Amino acid sequence: MTARIGVVVFPGSNCEHDAVEALCALGGSAELLWHDEASLRGVDGVVLPGGFAHGDYLRTGAIARFSPVMEAVAELARAGGPVLGICNGFQILTEAGLLPGALQKNRGLKFLCATVELRVETTASALTSLTAAGDSLRVPINHFEGAYTCDPATLEELRAGDRVVLRYVDNPNGSLDDIAGICSPAGNVVGLMPHPERAWDRLLGSGDGAVLVRSFIAACAGERWPAPHPAAPAYPSLPASSGARPGP
Amino acid sequence: MRTDVHRELGLTDDEAGSIRALLAREPNHLELAMYAVMWSEHCSYKSSRLHLRRLPTEGERVLVGPGENAGVIDAGDGIAVALRIESHNHPSAVEPYQGAATGVGGILRDIFTMGARPIAVMDPLRFGPLDEARTRWIFEGVVSGISGYGNSVGVPTVGGEVAFDPCYAENPLVNVLCLGVMPRERLVLGRASGVGNLAVLMGSSTGRDGIGGVSVLASAGFGDVEEEQSKRPSVQVGDPFEEKRLIEACLELLEAGLVVGIQDLGGGGLTCATSETAARGGVGMDVDVTAVPRREPGMEPFEVMTSESQERMLAIVSPDDLPRLEEVCARWDVRAAVVGRVTAPGPDGVGRLRVVEGWDGPVLADVPAPSLSEDAPVYDRPRRPPPAPEGGAGDPSKEAGPADCGPDLLQLLQDPSWIYRQYDHQLFLNTVVAPGGDAAVLRLKAPGLPPSRRGLALSTDGNARWCAIDPRLGSALTVAEATLNVACAGAQPVALVNCLNFGNPEHPEVMWQLSEAIDGLAGACLALDLPVVGGNVSLYNESRGRDIDPTPVVGVLGLIDLLERRPPGLHLEAGGSLWLLGPMAGELGGSRWAVECRGLRGGTLPALDLAGHGRVLELVRALVAHGIVAGVHDVADGGLALALAEMSVASGVGMEVSGPAVTDHAMLFSESPSRAVVCLPPGPDGERAAAELARRALGAGVPLVGLGVAGGDRLVLGGLVDLEVSVAAEAWRGAIPLALA
Repeated sequence: MTARIGVVVFPGSNCEHDAVEALCALGGSAELLWHDEASLRGVDGVVLPGGFAHGDYLRTGAIARFSPVMEAVAELARAGGPVLGICNGFQILTEAGLLPGALQKNRGLKFLCATVELRVETTASALTSLTAAGDSLRVPINHFEGAYTCDPATLEELRAGDRVVLRYVDNPNGSLDDIAGICSPAGNVVGLMPHPERAWDRLLGSGDGAVLVRSFIAACAGERWPAPHPAAPAYPSLPASSGARPGP
Repeated sequence: MRTDVHRELGLTDDEAGSIRALLAREPNHLELAMYAVMWSEHCSYKSSRLHLRRLPTEGERVLVGPGENAGVIDAGDGIAVALRIESHNHPSAVEPYQGAATGVGGILRDIFTMGARPIAVMDPLRFGPLDEARTRWIFEGVVSGISGYGNSVGVPTVGGEVAFDPCYAENPLVNVLCLGVMPRERLVLGRASGVGNLAVLMGSSTGRDGIGGVSVLASAGFGDVEEEQSKRPSVQVGDPFEEKRLIEACLELLEAGLVVGIQDLGGGGLTCATSETAARGGVGMDVDVTAVPRREPGMEPFEVMTSESQERMLAIVSPDDLPRLEEVCARWDVRAAVVGRVTAPGPDGVGRLRVVEGWDGPVLADVPAPSLSEDAPVYDRPRRPPPAPEGGAGDPSKEAGPADCGPDLLQLLQDPSWIYRQYDHQLFLNTVVAPGGDAAVLRLKAPGLPPSRRGLALSTDGNARWCAIDPRLGSALTVAEATLNVACAGAQPVALVNCLNFGNPEHPEVMWQLSEAIDGLAGACLALDLPVVGGNVSLYNESRGRDIDPTPVVGVLGLIDLLERRPPGLHLEAGGSLWLLGPMAGELGGSRWAVECRGLRGGTLPALDLAGHGRVLELVRALVAHGIVAGVHDVADGGLALALAEMSVASGVGMEVSGPAVTDHAMLFSESPSRAVVCLPPGPDGERAAAELARRALGAGVPLVGLGVAGGDRLVLGGLVDLEVSVAAEAWRGAIPLALA
């Protein structure tokens, strides 16, 4: 059955319609969720889209993490449900503690909008199950605070746990270890700075992001669940359809 | 009252006299302050209005022409497109980041005021040479301001242009164009109606920022740096997050049909918004100055009424719909306060704008609402052509060309990506051709729009080198270039907006330039059947007594009937043949080569045949739309040589060009109009395409000249240029970053 995916709108989000368009065009069904509501309305998975939630005031994602919807997102994540944070969404996931590390200002202290080359590092995530490790994908980046950073122990954990999902081939922003995207130990929560939802229609330049969006839709449909990570604790597997969400 | 108060507010003695006559009494300070902002050059167009009437504004696609917040075009498929261009030159000179940022904010409000969702911004920018530290500060600040505000507010910046010239060293030009789309039936106009309806002020609180912005800052030139610094408090400060919520709240209100009229607060603040909505609706309005949410205590009524605090909108709403309006605003965290009531016009049919202190309190100001805008003075200022340069000084036609034109060509190459990489140019998944091409190309799509397979092409162009020599022909050439840019994207030009950046209108030479430029624009637009749907006039662009060169900037909107493949752009395919479409010419007057490589600013401009130009436009559009060419680029700045070099560096493919089009430096660098280079596919496809190209060019009566063949890693143009493509690419990429380093 078609996966139902919720795209969370914070005040200041601006990629929510783009995410909905990409998810629907590639076989999912998507709806907008308002940040101020505590319920996920029974969706199978959640996207935190790009933008400037709460104006990015104070610090990117620092205010958004307190929105009522984030409690429900955290519960879905803990239950093994697919959660994808794109750009500002990735920043919010790190602020909320659902992914480790932080995003700092780009090397060079300039906003960067460009299409860059990414390398798939693992297929064991909700975002990459339909790719092959080593695949090269051209996907846009669009951020000021996109330089991934974390402490050495966390980096070691990420590497050992096969949790670096995507790396930049030619590091554009000074990210530690060329990291473009990471995932939770179980692979169900993924955050990345590049925008796969901007690269699914060749009319717009690149279609390379489609496989990532499709992987996420498949994860939400329970079809292509990432294989358990070697270092990850066993997590509850989802039935084939929805219904694995924790109740409020 | 002190007799010189009106002068401090920027009004002349005659203007103060007119106000006295109009009111049949002595105006009080608040009233004088209101007239001063509304009768400022910026708000009233008092020096230019007489001449602007000569622009053609009608066309079958025009839904709304000049005079409203934005022009609106019927794009077909039930979709309307709103378009506007503005300047934020003076604020950007004083405070580059905030000046440029609030320029973006202001123009977005003009677009969503019409009911349209803003989907694209373009930024034509002009600065002094980058070897001056102050220019680098202005340049980097302006680009950061556009990036910081535009990206955060969530509207992609899809193109623009940049030029550097000493005449802009103290007075940069920061123009901004915005395009929005809406279902045709959602079009709304900024007018009040319905006696008893309420005027609701939405958005930011009102502070002391931007007081006198239109009169002190925008309608006077700069003396020196110290004077510029003293004007810094007249620059507004922007908050893109407030604007983003305001956009979403307003679009939701318009979608739900909860407002009767809506108007943004820009130059002239609350005075402008209340008087214009009342005047357009033929009604009056009472404004309770105490009901306006304020940012700081102790503000005087005149400060509240003229503040240009950003991110504010005025909505006219029926009392029954107020609770639902407040609900929408609360959801988006947008402040909403009832500050006014629509009142009936008097027996003479004229509504009055009254400022009151509490609904039943004293009346602080009481003036006929239309008098603030419609009764503003119209000046026919003296005009006089500047003296011709003595003995034809600065004429490049007398200059001998170099034996090797390679170094000059390298000097002209300049990649603007340092700028546009800082702008989100992809948001909304519409951007088919991003900045860097001849025109930006967008899908015609947004949430809530009927489906459409059409596309839009947009180009902004200006050329002060041409207009300094001959403002009339230079302006017409500017229109020609912008239309050819959209044709290269496969689009038919359908509408134009203009931003007229000129010096001090009290100088007769400047008024002459302005009048000539308007005639040049009018002539070109009439000949090309291109209605002018909106514009902006920025005068007093002068510093230390020197006026900028006349710089009319145009934005041309083109329509693509069926957008199903990416336009070829500046592409070269190895083995493909290269052709020049359009007349051959070698006139160098006003060219970048003459001005930037030789410092020669005189001479004669190349001629423009508007009928022939129209045929070139249609031919190029059809070649692109039918997929006949593999690459296309118009010949503009830097002439044929730069057009070919840009195609080479963009695709990493060299070429060998010979024959009559590259016989000397004048043929290489002339910026003669109505010309485009095309590259055909290689092999048998190319032979068929060549036959088709020849057939169509002959049918259209457009000259066609073979240039050579693409391929290899060298750029060879006759015996005049022989460069490695990698060397050209390095010069191109490094031009701006190295100048900033």
